This record gives sequence, structure tokens and C-alpha cells, in this order.
Amino acid sequence: MAHIIGGVGTTHVPSIGGAIAKGKQTDEYWRPFFDMFPPVRGWLGRSKPDIAVVIYNDHGLNFFLDKMPTFAVGAAAEYRNADEGWGLPVVRSFAGDPEFSWHLIESLVADEFDIVSCQEMLVDHAFVVPMQLLYPDVDPTGAGAGWPVRVVPISVNTVQHPIPSAARCYKFGKAIGRAIRSYQQDANVLIMGTGGLSHQLEGKRAGFINKDFDRLCLDRLVDDPAALTGYSSEELVELAGSQGVELLNWLVMRGALGEHVSPVSRSYHVPISNTASAVLALAAA
Amino acid sequence: MAASKTIDGTMIFDGSVARRGYALNKLCYSFNDRANREEFLRDEGAYCAKYGLNPQQRAAIEHRNVMELLEAGGNVYYLAKFAGIFGLDVQDIGAQQTGMTKEAFSAKLMEQRT
Repeated sequence: MAHIIGGVGTTHVPSIGGAIAKGKQTDEYWRPFFDMFPPVRGWLGRSKPDIAVVIYNDHGLNFFLDKMPTFAVGAAAEYRNADEGWGLPVVRSFAGDPEFSWHLIESLVADEFDIVSCQEMLVDHAFVVPMQLLYPDVDPTGAGAGWPVRVVPISVNTVQHPIPSAARCYKFGKAIGRAIRSYQQDANVLIMGTGGLSHQLEGKRAGFINKDFDRLCLDRLVDDPAALTGYSSEELVELAGSQGVELLNWLVMRGALGEHVSPVSRSYHVPISNTASAVLALAAA
Repeated sequence: MAASKTIDGTMIFDGSVARRGYALNKLCYSFNDRANREEFLRDEGAYCAKYGLNPQQRAAIEHRNVMELLEAGGNVYYLAKFAGIFGLDVQDIGAQQTGMTKEAFSAKLMEQRT
């Protein structure tokens, strides 16, 4: 039977990929950020996930606004990264697990989540940067899929309103959890939620950060995630910033973990580029 | 219905904006491809015409002005691909929108350092 080991929430700011490419991890600006990850990696080293289900939002690499799925689930044997237009090196491909993906798709649709299934799917920085952070020993630009886990990308529309509500995202996460736990083959599964925390890139409010709200979210993600489901999308924009709504990806992740979790590691650092960065690792009970 | 709430200094990218900005965002999306970035740089006017930009969008592209691009329906994730052509990042974009130098914009973020 498949077993959910737990979840990791992490920021996915593109400039992190740039810092990795340029080897800046120990620079004064970057060190406090990269120092947040060793405890998470230690836990992953002990719990040895075979599959990572990565909840993220596409920023205009795989999906354009011509067809914008609210929830999309990868079902490919291989996922490639590609040029996003602003100079990040293209990262090596990721091995998928089509059988596991189709089990998720069948279970989710049976559970009344009418997702889009994708047999081809490019993965952007929101997927790639977190994988680089969790697995820094993998040469990101090497050939082939050298990552120690198979992956399932799940994309959430946090770009074009109406975006799915916090309540819906939490329920979606619960359905993902049920789907994984009903998979008959043995596999240790890690859930990742990427993006956030508070930040806003556009308008006069560009540069907006809300530490109080971020800390409240980190608290509630651990002990009472349902408390975050009462916020409307507009309230999330106001409190977390236009792009801080990526918190929704974390809420999907948290939903999949079940009611009780044990915090493994929690850290928060402002700023990375325009963003309040955070890393939260939670072991499933 | 468009989003009902008004948040100061914030433009929620909803259906009405997405409709208005479709051609502009499609042009910016094309910049994922290096050949398209080069084609734009060779003949900006022809490239904008090919994507059917309206006069407001064409002017905003010509002015390299983020606020004008947003007003014309641009989504910031797509505009970042346009900015990337000129080697500009989201801190350059933030500085321009808030009327600061990039150094001052970065410093304002660093003031909140944890």
C-alpha cells in the first residue's frame, strides 16, 4: 500500500534557481535562506520517499490563458523543464509514474474533482526550484532524469481569477490524500506545496509583505488548517498579496496529510527577492 | 461578475482584465521561445502587429512602462517574460511601479529582514 510520509511547503521564487546556478548559496544575502533546508533534507533522507506529488502553479510555461485549468494532474512518463524567457538554465527532466498518476486521476474524478489530465506537461520554476532545494546533490543540468523520486505535478490556477477557494483547495488535498492511500502498490509518497508566502509583484503595492499573516498561516497549517479555509480569494489577495495566494498550493498539500501532523522543521525568512520565504516540513501521523 | 472588492494598489487579474489583455499576454507568452524574442528585437512594430495589439497595448510596449502594460490588461507573470528580454527582473518591475530606484526598492524589502 502507498504511504504518505508527510509534506513540505516551500517558496519557489525564480531567483533561487539563479542563485543555485551561480553557486551563491553561501553569500550573505542567500545563506539564511539556504540554511533553512538541511533539517528537511535530513528528514527526507530518513523517510526515503519514492514519489513526490508536487502541488504548484504554472506561470505561463505549460498553460497559457487560452486554456486555464483550475486543477491539472500530470500523467506523463517524463516531465521536462523549458525556457521561461528570463534566463534560468533548463533543468534535467523528471521521471513520472503514469500508473500511479492514472490511479490518482481515476480516484479524484470518482471523488467528484473533475480535473484535467495531462499526458504531456512542461514544469516551470515553481516545480523545479523546490526539487533543487530538496535534492541539491543532483546535478540540475545533467542528462536524463537523475532525481531520486518519481513525480506527479499537480497544477492549481492561482493566476487568473476566479481562482479556486481556500476551502475547495483544502478539500482537493483531502481527496488527493484518499487517492494515494488507496493505491495498492508499495510506495512512500511525499506531498509538496510550493510558492508564497506573502508577496505582490504588480501595482503600487508591489513589494507588499505581511509577516503577521504569514506566521498565522504557518501556525494554522500545522495545528488547524481548516481555520484557513474561511478566507475568500479577495481576502487572501489583500492579506498575502496578489501572488501570495500561492498559499493555496500549501493548503492542498496540507489537506493530503490527514488531520494530525508532527512538525519536522519550520523556518521563515524575509526577503528573497520580493517575497517572504518559508519552509515547513510536516510528518504525517 | 468581476471581483467586487477594491484593494489599494492592487489589480486583480480576473476575466474582464484577461479578456482586455489577451493579445498582449499572448505576445508575452511567445517570449518563452528565444527565436520569438529575437524576432521581436529585430522588428518590434511588425511583431506587435502580428499579435494584434491595440494602440494602448502597443504604446505600453513601446514605453516599457509596467503600469501602462497592466492597465492594458497585462498579467505580471507574462510581463516578466517581456522584461526578461531586457535583462530586467521583478525588482526592476517593482521599482518602476512604485517610482523608486531599484536600490531603494530592494532596501525597503531589506528593512523587513528577519
